[in-house]
Parts: sequence; C-alpha cells; structure tokens
Amino acid sequence: MSPLYIARSKEIAARQLGGEMMIMSARDSTLFNLNDVGTVIWEAADGITPLEEIVGRKVCGEFEIDAAEALADAESFVRELAGHGILVVSDEPIGSGQVSGQPVAPPPASSEVPE
Amino acid sequence: MDELIATAHELTIEIGGMPIVVRTGSEEFAHLLQSRYGGFVSHDGAPPAYELEVELAPPGAVSDADDVEVRRESGRWVMERGDFRAEWDPRRREGWVRQTANPYSIDCVLRILHSLILAREGGFLVHAASAIRHGRAYLFAGVSGAGKTTLSRLAPPDVALLTDEISYVRRRGTGYEAFGTPFAGELARIGENLRAPLATLFLLAQGPENRIEPVDQSEAVHALLRHILFFAQDDEMVHQIFESTFDFVSRVPVRRLVFTPDSRVWELIV
Repeated sequence: MSPLYIARSKEIAARQLGGEMMIMSARDSTLFNLNDVGTVIWEAADGITPLEEIVGRKVCGEFEIDAAEALADAESFVRELAGHGILVVSDEPIGSGQVSGQPVAPPPASSEVPE
Repeated sequence: MDELIATAHELTIEIGGMPIVVRTGSEEFAHLLQSRYGGFVSHDGAPPAYELEVELAPPGAVSDADDVEVRRESGRWVMERGDFRAEWDPRRREGWVRQTANPYSIDCVLRILHSLILAREGGFLVHAASAIRHGRAYLFAGVSGAGKTTLSRLAPPDVALLTDEISYVRRRGTGYEAFGTPFAGELARIGENLRAPLATLFLLAQGPENRIEPVDQSEAVHALLRHILFFAQDDEMVHQIFESTFDFVSRVPVRRLVFTPDSRVWELIV
C-alpha cells in the first residue's frame, strides 16, 4: 500500500481554544472541532511526513492505541476532512503551495482598534 | 429633452455610524426610503462615507439568482437575488443597485454592504435582538422562534430597543459597541438610532423559569458563528469573521439566558 501524505489546506481558518482545535472551512463556512488525536494529526500534516509515520510516532506514542487500528481510523478521519476541503490528501508528497504554513492562526497584531 | 434629464433625489441612511448616501431618479422611491428608514435618515450634512446609486427596474425578475449570492469579481463585490443585482467597489466606497421599486431589495443590499464593511474592521451583523439599559447594551441571540421578538415586547419602559432581529456590533477601544438598526423582525418596528458599550451577549433558551447560566468559550464561539450574518463564501471574509468571533468572546461575557415569556426576565438584565 502506497504511503498517504496529508497537508493542511490554505482555505481554512483555525484556532486552538482550551485544548480543542476549531477549524472553519473557507469553502462552505463549516466549523469543525478536533479532539486530542485529531489535533495531533492536524498539527503534523506538513505534506511531507507520511500518515503512517505520523500515526506511529505521534498518535500511538502519545495515546497508547493499537497501530493498525489507529492508522485505519486516521485514514478515515483525514479523508473525511479532505471531503470538506480542510485537508489535502495525496499519495505523493504535497508541495508548500497547497499547505497552510501554520497549524493555527497567529494572534492578532494589535488588540485595540482606535476610537 | 427634459424627460432625458433624470433628477437625482438623495438621502443619507446612517446605520452603525456609517453614512451611506443613496441616490435615485425616483422622487417616490426616495420618499419610500425616507419613510422606511425614519430615524436612520441623517440630516446633519456630514460627508457620506459611502455612495449607492439605485436604478429602478420595471416589475419582474432582475436576476436569475434564486437565493442571495455574494461573490468577489476583480476587486468588486457582486450581490444578487431574483429581485436585485448590485455591485460594490470597496476601494472607491461606491456601488449601484438595480431593483424594482420596493424597500425589501435595498434592505437586503444594505445588510450585505454593512456586513462586508464591518468584517474588515472586526465587527459584524448578528441575528440577535439588542437593547440598552442603564447605558449598557445587551445582545440576545437566537434562531427564529428563540424569543428575540418576545423578549423585545416584554422590555420595560426604561429599556431602549436597538432591534428585535439584526444587531450591529463594532469594535471600540478594548471592547465592543452595539448600535440600533432599522432591520426589524416580527416586532415590525425599527430600532432606536442609539449606541452603547456592549455588556453581555445572551444566548436565548426558553425554559420553565428565568435564570442566567455560564457558557464556556468553545460553545460561545460556536453559537456566535452560527448567528453572525455571513453572505460571502470568501477566504478573506471567513478569516476576518473567524478572528472577530474569537476576539469578541475573549472580551465580552457570553451567558445563556433561560427565560419564560414573562416580563420578570428583565429583572435579570441590570
């Protein structure tokens, strides 16, 4: 089976709030909440690390889950997100042009608006 | 020859402190707008921030669009629905509308325009009733049937109603302000043209008694995003609204107002 590569889409807005990752699709304005495992996969989705390696190193390492089961769940998860335009999934490494540079949005440059 | 020269009638509709001058060749339509927007028609002679030309079309469909469509084309916003077609140039701060002679089309265009303008500065229009009491503003957000109009009807005399349907929210200093709007719901009464610092956003829920419950930030973000008026499926707009929502819930308390249709609920809003 060929490796699967995943990258965060550029057409999203994302923020972490209280340990929960919230992602909004710019395509259809749908809002997603990711749990701990989903957030780990999301943050590791750099387009060049195969999903199997992400699951083996990050998911199984942190959450003590069976590797085969975790990989099957992860594949299902990333394909669902890809269906909403949140992730890009490919059987080849994904170029940076399709990838969001940061897993979450940076804080606003200024916290005040002038009167 | 005279009939080739269209006389321009204009009036300035100022909502949320943003004066938009509306020009039309029809005196009758200008009167209709004057009547529709009442206290939101400005007479202070201040220069308009935005300009809108209205061209009236004969009765019938103006656009093929069934529902509201808003999209960006070459730096301009195109808005259309069966009863109107409009374009808006945000850099030149001007646009035009082609519609039949009714107040509903331009009302929709104004809602879209204000939502686009507000998004750029961190504000938004939201499905919520709002009111001022003791110098502070309160929002009451909910879907249709949640009780926005009911709560507005129950307001005691010392409460100034800003709207029972669409609230107007702008960033100010370290917080937010709410403004009155002419966008009315079932109350069929335009709001008062007032503004005040925003004290609390209440998420409405009907129940057997009146009480206020805490809401965690995640739920607050979800609820607010669900209620913000959001017309354009546009990457930049999504980012702006998303960031504004997080900023808002970090600055303004969000609570759930469980209420029974009884005027005593206003005893909790102080």
